[in-house]
Amino acid sequence: MLEVKNLSMRFGGLLAVDGVSLDVQEREIVSIIGPNGAGKTTVFNCMSGFYKPSGGKIIFEGKEVQGIPDYKISRLGMVRTFQHVRLFTQMSVVENLLVAQHRHLNTNMLAGLFGTPNYKEREQSALDRAAYWLERVGLLDLSNRDAGNLAYGQQRRLEIARCMVTEPKLLMLDEPAAGLNPAETKELNQLIVSLKEDYNVSVVLIEHDMSLVMDISDRINVINQGRPLASGTPEEIRHNDDVIKAYLGEA
Amino acid sequence: MQDLLYFSQQLINGLTIGSAYALIAIGYTMVYGIIGMINFAHGEIYMIGAYTALIAITGLTALGLAWLPLILIVALLCAMIVSSSMGWAVERVAYRPVRGRHRLIPLISAIGMSIFLQNYVHLAQGSRNIGFPALIEGGFNFSADGAFEMSLSYMQITIFVTTLVCMTALSLFISRSRTGRACRAVSQDLGMASLLGIDTNRIISATFIIGASLAAVAGLLLGMYYGSIDPLFGFIAGLKAFTAAVLGGIGSIPGAMLGGLILGVSESMTSGYLSGEYKDVVSFGLLILILLFKPTGLLGKPEVEKI
Amino acid sequence: MAANNYRHALFCAIVTLIISFPILGFNLEAKGVNIELTGAKTSTIVAVILAAVAVFVFQAYRDSFMGLLGKLPKLNPLADKEPMEQSKRVKLESWVLTGIVVLALFWPFVVSRGSVDLATLVLIYIMLALGLNVVVGLAGLLDLGYVAFYAVGAYTFALLSQYTGISFWMALPIGALLAGLTGMILGFPVLRLRGDYLAIVTLGFGEIIRILLNNWTTLTGGPNGIGGIPEPTLFGMEFGRRIKEEGNTSFHETFGIAYSGEHKVIFLYLIALVLAVITALIIRRFMRMPVGRAWEALREDEIAARSLGLSRTAVKLSAFTIGAFFAGFAGTVFASKQGFISPESFVFLESAIILAIVVLGGMGSQLGVILAAIAVTILPELAREFSEYRMLIFGAAMVLMMVWRPQGLLPMRRIHITLNKQG
Repeated sequence: MLEVKNLSMRFGGLLAVDGVSLDVQEREIVSIIGPNGAGKTTVFNCMSGFYKPSGGKIIFEGKEVQGIPDYKISRLGMVRTFQHVRLFTQMSVVENLLVAQHRHLNTNMLAGLFGTPNYKEREQSALDRAAYWLERVGLLDLSNRDAGNLAYGQQRRLEIARCMVTEPKLLMLDEPAAGLNPAETKELNQLIVSLKEDYNVSVVLIEHDMSLVMDISDRINVINQGRPLASGTPEEIRHNDDVIKAYLGEA
Repeated sequence: MQDLLYFSQQLINGLTIGSAYALIAIGYTMVYGIIGMINFAHGEIYMIGAYTALIAITGLTALGLAWLPLILIVALLCAMIVSSSMGWAVERVAYRPVRGRHRLIPLISAIGMSIFLQNYVHLAQGSRNIGFPALIEGGFNFSADGAFEMSLSYMQITIFVTTLVCMTALSLFISRSRTGRACRAVSQDLGMASLLGIDTNRIISATFIIGASLAAVAGLLLGMYYGSIDPLFGFIAGLKAFTAAVLGGIGSIPGAMLGGLILGVSESMTSGYLSGEYKDVVSFGLLILILLFKPTGLLGKPEVEKI
Repeated sequence: MAANNYRHALFCAIVTLIISFPILGFNLEAKGVNIELTGAKTSTIVAVILAAVAVFVFQAYRDSFMGLLGKLPKLNPLADKEPMEQSKRVKLESWVLTGIVVLALFWPFVVSRGSVDLATLVLIYIMLALGLNVVVGLAGLLDLGYVAFYAVGAYTFALLSQYTGISFWMALPIGALLAGLTGMILGFPVLRLRGDYLAIVTLGFGEIIRILLNNWTTLTGGPNGIGGIPEPTLFGMEFGRRIKEEGNTSFHETFGIAYSGEHKVIFLYLIALVLAVITALIIRRFMRMPVGRAWEALREDEIAARSLGLSRTAVKLSAFTIGAFFAGFAGTVFASKQGFISPESFVFLESAIILAIVVLGGMGSQLGVILAAIAVTILPELAREFSEYRMLIFGAAMVLMMVWRPQGLLPMRRIHITLNKQG
């Protein structure tokens, strides 16, 4: 469903991403791993429309999407999270999920002012969907808290729930396990697998730490210094000499 | 020939005003380069410089001093001292406590400071405009057949030369001196510079002082050139200078110079060929167009949005 | 450490002298062609020296002062309290607002004509501030040219009445819509700019519109302005002594009461009151609608909002347009109240005053903005000698607010939607 071909991104004189390709099929978890500063997040920023890539193609469901504005990308069904959690910290937990459903709501101002039945109905269904996902990630009891007051692990889960209420086809997670303890990480991995199994969502996952993604990834792409290093199943990657060298070299 | 002389006259007038704008623009561009805020009160610092200079000139004349260069130098020094003290104080009182907060907070604080300073001078010196004596008179006249005369006054020459001297001194200071190097380091990365042991607060203060002194120089020069000053005359000049800074690329010192000259010339061409009333429309229009289509200006560096 | 403290204190005191003595200590006076310098009054000089001494003492013992301040009982007794529960707070706020409106309804019948006139002006400022509050407080866009939309509303009414003889009631929606449209057209290209650049660009727009009004003499009358703007009518009844328009009746004759100039003033006041209440209610409603949430989301984290499919331009544009719309509303009322308008009423300072109201009231908070509008307009009238210092104090207050309490006197807590399905 998603195909990235020969993606490159240049900042001034620096070629941050050079010729990266990857593809994601329906109901698949694909990981991008690589050492710090390898250009993983830059790839994500291109895929989610925040950067306009200097070269290459991004094809989502048969349509070229490179360079189209960020908000349109997410409306196509590609939604992302951020390496440093980005919640609306002063809004309540449930409101974070309502904002994400903005385009599903009746945003006609007059409808809202007069409270037409259609407006109320859609508000209610948005609330229901929010409640469903809060239940799913175990935050229902905290729904009226300010998002900024949640614990770190809860914020991570809320960010994923916030993506899921937009009913995406492809979820892009940028280091979702960063800062989580082992128990939380395990829980997170179960959640990601269930998103694939139960909700038919494809997932692209950026991780810094290789071991985390081995269990859940269907395929893995390794990039190093902006260039593709290897790709294949977890088993193949585990035994790839270049990968081992890159990781040992870094350590 | 007539037309050419007329055009040259507009060009000279424009370059004169433009180089003075450039002097004010330095203050905006350096402050923006280092702490990323628009020092909205900078126009008022310039206005205060002009007032101080006028007070000094009047006082010295009343004391019986007659040697013009001495009067001018003393007035200039007074203006620079008062303006730079004001610049320092403004930063300490209104900007330092809000540094690092959301972008709009320092800006609103600066607008408050601008209103405060305008009214401070208004209350102390009245709101009417006061004549500024033209101390430097005369100049060269060129004419083709006696019909239209193009003039290049000594005042205009003084403005060019002073600006040139100031800019050269500033460039030398920035590139050679310890403080100048620290300034460049801080403007590249404030956090890193402070980790490396640079006293960033001192450098920021220095930036405000330098900007304010140059604004004071412009205050004296433009006060004499226009022939009158009032408490509001810093506001528009400040906006113009800010436009010049943005035009040249905010954060860039040569850019401020270039932007000032372009703005000055386009303004005087508007006055010369269209109507004086619309010259402000042209400069604001220019500002809007640049921000829309090339917000980094002519010589600025592109910014990458951090995610 | 101590010696260092004194050195710094001395330095600060000297700076205080330098920045105040030349400007305050000498007065420039024009005598014919010449300028003379006179010394200021002794009291001024003494004040300057006292200020320097005060700065010295404060800086020298800064730590002890700050320590003392910390120990003092809290100036604001509410500061430490937990924020009130949302439902309670909403109830309280509604009661206070209702109370203000009820008071405002009876107000014109007990006070003098001058006070009613002033109160009408306060209401116009409330409308302006509520509108700007949407832009600055809710959407987080600093608009320094807000007065331009106010001018569009006022000039729309003035020009239409001059050329087509339109009535107030027709002009009100037209003026507001036209102002909103102007906001949309001007906003569209500029709203993708970063916050501080946006502020400067809007300032530029405001100035351009004012310069155009000033110089397009054939249409706008230039600096002389436009006069003869009609007052509102009540179901075709005019409030003047004589009827100006064919087909209208006059208020005092219809009701068989003696003519009084006060009727007109009170009527205008009541119209302004109704419009201000409508403005407040509509904006309150917006805040709880998806668009209100989108404003807040974009203000809090633009990148996250964009990643969730919110179009930055559309959301910001809605705030900008709505703000401009209410400014047009206020402009129409203003034109009708004054009967005469000129570009003088639409200078940058006016934008700054409205911004000061929003900032002082606590960006985003409606009650705060209303109270600030009342205070800012009425205080200078109460103490005449104070009015000279009005702008000086505004400026200082804006700085102090940003330093000490950037959230304003009554910080906003938007009403959050709650989920009642727990367990």
